[in-house]
Amino acid sequence: MIGYLIRRIAGAALVLLALSAIVYALFYLAPSDPAILTCGKGCTPERLADVRAAMGLADPVWTQYWHFLEGVFTGRDYPAGPDVRHCPAPCLGYSFETDQPVTALLLDRIPVSFSLAIGAEVLSLAIGVGAGLLSGARRFRWLDRLVNGLVLAGYAVPVFLVGLLLLLLFCVHLRWLPFPTYVPFTTSPLLWAQNLLLPWISLAVIQTAAYARLTRAGLQETLAEDHIRTARAYGIPERRILRRRALRGALLPLITLTAVDVAAIMTSAVLTETMFGLPGVGQLLVGAVNQIDLPVVVGVTLLTGLIIVIANAAADFLYAAVDPRVQLR
Amino acid sequence: MTLLKVDDLRITFSDKPAVDGLSFELAAGGSLGIVGESGSGKSTAALALLGLTSGQVTGEIAFDGVDLLANPPWKEIRGARITMVFQEPLTALSPFHTVGDQIAEVYRLHTGASRRAARERAVEVLGQVHIPDPVRRAAAYPHQFSGGMRQRALIAMAIACRPQLIIADEPTTALDVTVQAQILDLLDEVRATTGAALLLISHDLGVVAGSCDSVIVMRQGRAVEAGATERVLLSPRHDYTKALLDAVPKPGTRKLEPGEPLLRVKDVRKHFPQPRRGSLRKPPPIRAVDGVTLDVHAGETLGIVGESGTGKTTLARMMVGLTSPTSGSITFDGVDIGRRRGRSVQMVFQDPLSSLNPRRTVGESIADPLRLRGVRDPRAEVSALLERVGLAASEYDRYPHQLSGGMRQRVGIARAIAPAPRLIVCDEPVSSLDVTTQAQVLDLLEELRGELGLSLVFVSHDLAVLRRIADRVAVLKDGVVVEIGPTAEVYEQPRHAYTKELLAAVPVTDPVAARRLRALRSTVSG
Repeated sequence: MIGYLIRRIAGAALVLLALSAIVYALFYLAPSDPAILTCGKGCTPERLADVRAAMGLADPVWTQYWHFLEGVFTGRDYPAGPDVRHCPAPCLGYSFETDQPVTALLLDRIPVSFSLAIGAEVLSLAIGVGAGLLSGARRFRWLDRLVNGLVLAGYAVPVFLVGLLLLLLFCVHLRWLPFPTYVPFTTSPLLWAQNLLLPWISLAVIQTAAYARLTRAGLQETLAEDHIRTARAYGIPERRILRRRALRGALLPLITLTAVDVAAIMTSAVLTETMFGLPGVGQLLVGAVNQIDLPVVVGVTLLTGLIIVIANAAADFLYAAVDPRVQLR
Repeated sequence: MTLLKVDDLRITFSDKPAVDGLSFELAAGGSLGIVGESGSGKSTAALALLGLTSGQVTGEIAFDGVDLLANPPWKEIRGARITMVFQEPLTALSPFHTVGDQIAEVYRLHTGASRRAARERAVEVLGQVHIPDPVRRAAAYPHQFSGGMRQRALIAMAIACRPQLIIADEPTTALDVTVQAQILDLLDEVRATTGAALLLISHDLGVVAGSCDSVIVMRQGRAVEAGATERVLLSPRHDYTKALLDAVPKPGTRKLEPGEPLLRVKDVRKHFPQPRRGSLRKPPPIRAVDGVTLDVHAGETLGIVGESGTGKTTLARMMVGLTSPTSGSITFDGVDIGRRRGRSVQMVFQDPLSSLNPRRTVGESIADPLRLRGVRDPRAEVSALLERVGLAASEYDRYPHQLSGGMRQRVGIARAIAPAPRLIVCDEPVSSLDVTTQAQVLDLLEELRGELGLSLVFVSHDLAVLRRIADRVAVLKDGVVVEIGPTAEVYEQPRHAYTKELLAAVPVTDPVAARRLRALRSTVSG
């Protein structure tokens, strides 16, 4: 187990290192001079030279990458005019646009994206698994058909359409909910949930469909297995068979999907964030790409990689916990 | 006293009869065998006894005064008074719960015992079915058990609530022959110690012979013959019973005329490296084949027998050059088999369904080796081959799933003889077939051998099959040949202890001999 953990973490570190190298290479292959971008408008050749020196752009790329890595692990110093500005680890540099540390920008956005992901997952899992189980166990024929129909609709409807309709209905016509703005959980849990409810619902509409379908298929597959027949032959009540045996088999594939979805919402739910005015990671990335704010792009990419690595590891551990046949090694 | 009375039982699936007027009686504490080939309706009938069939059921099933077709209180019957042992011990137990928990769950459900008492009962019955160290083993999951142990665990579950009737549906089909013998002995022991009646369902007459007082032979949903085991098996009246008994492989009568050594296997080893797990040291490799030396002579049939995991399939694959040995040499006609490009050695595989491309017609599959040989339009030749193996030339355009198991294996054989080989290696070619089909396929191989002057290597776990077809037999254990010699000699005067053990485990259709062997096994083990 310890050996597995060590290998797993080492593997993740390698992935992130390779990712950082690729992104950093893009940084310098891009057809734009970071120094000119930083220098801004009204840039004189002297100032440009200063900026170039300050950013260390005169050094070979290898050295620069090495300094970048150093910054991530130990922090680094940036010369800023006559002073030296210290950027503590993990240092990802400063935004070209706003001159804020990238780490701080990310730390601002992560709670928003995380809140979005958590709520959307709880909602879609609750509804999706519930509907999938009911239709998979064939308790209600009509529900089975309804779920099948909704699945297709959920896949087909674009998220911004759902979002706009929800806004129109609940915020404009009925006025039950305020126009969403992000309120931190620590400030007021109630306001936090109230403001995030509509984004959660619009994300859940799409995911619920997929979850319901996967649960339904998994349940029907598990119910057809031999050990379920054994349980029936030994007089175990149907309800207990569903709860104790079939459910586990049915939910296994959901673990992987949920992990992928969490990572996706945390890093690329741009449409939802934009529509509901939530300052999440996705918006940060889109803004940075538009303005060629390279340090931010690098930062968000590394964060995305980290989140995906963590989500996958969590899924593997959960899988092993649910299914005794799976061994981590 | 009659415990179970089945009268004129009919089960239909959308107007197709699966069971068509079956009647029998089983006395309390008695034992009844139902024998039939696949599709005879024997398993359907068994499931109906627990109300678990999805077909339309009519007739009468009376169990200890309860009418099982009139919506009886199943909760008190299933798993408590009637229990079932299923065929596939791996999939028949829940993979998510420990063996002990699963047994305790059933016991608690039917007796209302405390958790603790249920757990104790689980350990007790696991001990009763001879699971070593039952306290510790109760906490293991099914996938941590071997096939034989899983079946023991299922039997433990079956006896946990002290049932009046145990139904065993092909309980030993997936198991090795020595394990099969142990499980059959165990069922017999359980019947004697608990007083439960046993309904044993099998395709194998030999399985039923030693374990049941009376026997029903089923065919197409009907009982064609019923009676005391000795009477039915020793003096059968119905033609189908006679045909079944005839199909059971009998010792061959061929004389050995040793030809030149054709294929020479010299000190061959095949080791599979193991992945590193946890520790930094590399684990030792699996020694699938560990130093085998033998010759296959021209014109002979060499049988290779062994249980699962003895390396017999690996050896067979190396003989045709599909796998290369780790060390040692295999030569055919003096040329290394790995360098030999050509068609003189062919293989017939175990599972004809998965070894034929499902998306191509069987004719095309047979034509492949001919095309490799440069035949432009192989259709005529393929038709001749199809007819040679007993199929109609019109089967050319059919797909593997449209054929029966026996027909598919004939296709596999036609494909093997298409390039006119000199040696055919058959890996368990008849193990998935019914006994009558099995006999036909063996006859075909025998014919082809004489006619085409072939040599055969016949790999099997089934000693009875080999006794019928092989001139010489090699007994494989743990990747090593422990005994090799002329068939009659090996079967009548086995020298190695493992050969003796194997031979004692082979099911025989003579009930008297079956009981003698059981007694022999108990003195050997006990």
